[in-house]
Amino acid sequence: MNPRAENRGAAIDLDTVSKAYGSFKALDGVSLRIEPGEFMTLLGPSGSGKTTTLNVIAGFTDVTSGSLLVGGKSVVGVPAHKRNIGVVFQHYALFPHMTVGRNVAYPLTLRGIKQDERKKRVARALDMVKMGDFAHRYPSELSGGQQQRVALARAIVFDPPLLLMDEPLGALDKKLREWLQLEIKRIHRELGTTFVYVTHDQEEALVLSDRIAVFNRGRIEQVGTGRQLYDEPATLFVGRFIGDSTVLRGEVKSDGTSTALTIAGETVSAPRRLAGEAHPVMLLRPEKVAIRRPGQDAAGTNRLSGTIAEAIYLGSGSKYEVKLGDGSTAIVRSPLAGESFGLGEKVELCFDGADAKLLPDDSTADTTLT
Amino acid sequence: MEMKPLTRLILGLVCLLVAIWLVAPTLVVVPMSFNENKSLAFPPQGFSWQWYQNFATNPEWSTSFLNSLKVASLVAVLATVLGTLAAFGLDRMKARPANLLRMLMLTPMVVPGVVLAIGIYAVYLDAQLVGTLTGFVLAHTILALPFVLIAVSANLEVFDRRLETAAASLGAGALTTFRTVTLPLILPGILSGLLFAFATSFDEIVVSLFITNPYLKTLPVQIFSSITRDADPTVAAVGTILLFATTILIGGGMLLLGRERKGRL
Repeated sequence: MNPRAENRGAAIDLDTVSKAYGSFKALDGVSLRIEPGEFMTLLGPSGSGKTTTLNVIAGFTDVTSGSLLVGGKSVVGVPAHKRNIGVVFQHYALFPHMTVGRNVAYPLTLRGIKQDERKKRVARALDMVKMGDFAHRYPSELSGGQQQRVALARAIVFDPPLLLMDEPLGALDKKLREWLQLEIKRIHRELGTTFVYVTHDQEEALVLSDRIAVFNRGRIEQVGTGRQLYDEPATLFVGRFIGDSTVLRGEVKSDGTSTALTIAGETVSAPRRLAGEAHPVMLLRPEKVAIRRPGQDAAGTNRLSGTIAEAIYLGSGSKYEVKLGDGSTAIVRSPLAGESFGLGEKVELCFDGADAKLLPDDSTADTTLT
Repeated sequence: MEMKPLTRLILGLVCLLVAIWLVAPTLVVVPMSFNENKSLAFPPQGFSWQWYQNFATNPEWSTSFLNSLKVASLVAVLATVLGTLAAFGLDRMKARPANLLRMLMLTPMVVPGVVLAIGIYAVYLDAQLVGTLTGFVLAHTILALPFVLIAVSANLEVFDRRLETAAASLGAGALTTFRTVTLPLILPGILSGLLFAFATSFDEIVVSLFITNPYLKTLPVQIFSSITRDADPTVAAVGTILLFATTILIGGGMLLLGRERKGRL
């Protein structure tokens, strides 16, 4: 994909890494393999362990147990300043008493690189983040987005085989964030180093990543590409965290090949069954559900009735929140050409049982999503 | 809010009065130092430089002045190093024991000087430190340390420790981080602590009177004994010199700090 990428990034292997603070387990047996040159995003709500994982890789936090290899070598016990890993922080962390140029030159000076070479590399790094004209400014004279670009230049100027980013765009407004996401993607392509990116914003994760690791309560729920996580969530938590979703809960009847769910008197079914004892729920993606006026002909094998609780115009179409018989809310998206519905209108939702994803119920999926 | 002209006038007058009240005793000293007669009368009569000459040539005065400079310089260095280290330690400790220790270290500011002086004198008699350079430096360091502690602590409180984490990620060990990041950013606090420590030692009189002896006198002790013995206007000359020296020192320091801050914003 990118010709310059060969061997420029380090692989990372976390094997059953745990970190405990007293009785609280910030990380509970996390295992993750990150390929050289990969863009891996650690995604999860706050307190889920994603930042702790980043800090463990960076060397800011010791592990309680488990092993950690960077580039095939164990770095457990190696102090942060000897790991040669670039880090970009949410709060920029530029040195206020140094100019932009001296900030970016800092890691090179520490490595004893001669002035000529230093100048060249600082200029190259600043050009890469499009801050070449700002070398003589002080950080306090720059906007947040500019400061973060300088911080990025400082983190890549010494050619680390691994770059860690901890919610780097968290403090910026939406438009700037979207633009910088594309910049980060471009820089990743140009450098070919391994990027590990922490965010709680699932859209950001989908835009940037080769793969995403979804964290919840100190554990990894699932690792995969954005498409895999969206189409084939392994847990209800992942299904709810990535993209919009409707969760159907009801009385379960399961035979050998299919599962039926009865919700306020209406029964829907999916042509599969869940292994084991777990209580199954159905997860539906908004675009897999059609919305109709009652009595109209409809495709799909399953039907549920409800009333429109919220109608949101999105430009490219409409999004509806539909209150179902049992009081829960379903989310449906309808294309621009489709019919439009008003608040309080009675509707029928239709979907194909094959499109419903059966997952074991998980109480943490709801509580952590506020 | 817009002020009425009359209000503004009254406010200005009050401020002027307070200002005069504050500096008047200091300004009385200046004309006295040029007195022609050997008297501390005010207003002075005639004009002469003889008391300045006396200060420069009389060994009693010049020696005590040099003693004070020596003691104050040593105290400034010692108190700044110890105070900075203490401020660092307290900053990185758990809050509760840190607050206790901090209060303990600030007691020399609160305890009456005489009480401290008696205690120090009693110990020094046994330890044979009365009238020694070591004795003066140690005693004054006790008094100067709180000022350094306060100044450096204030700077550390606003110092963003995440910058140290960032420096580590860029390859800087603990010492390099301190030298290149932490120290430059808390330097204003350290320098003002140094200045305070110097000033505290240089004009300390209470403890000094207890631990002095004929072989080692600091300038304030010399001034005090001179003025209690006879009305020597050399005292006024010394006062004038000190007044201008401190004005230049403090004013220069403020100018430098002001420029530094402007450069960064």
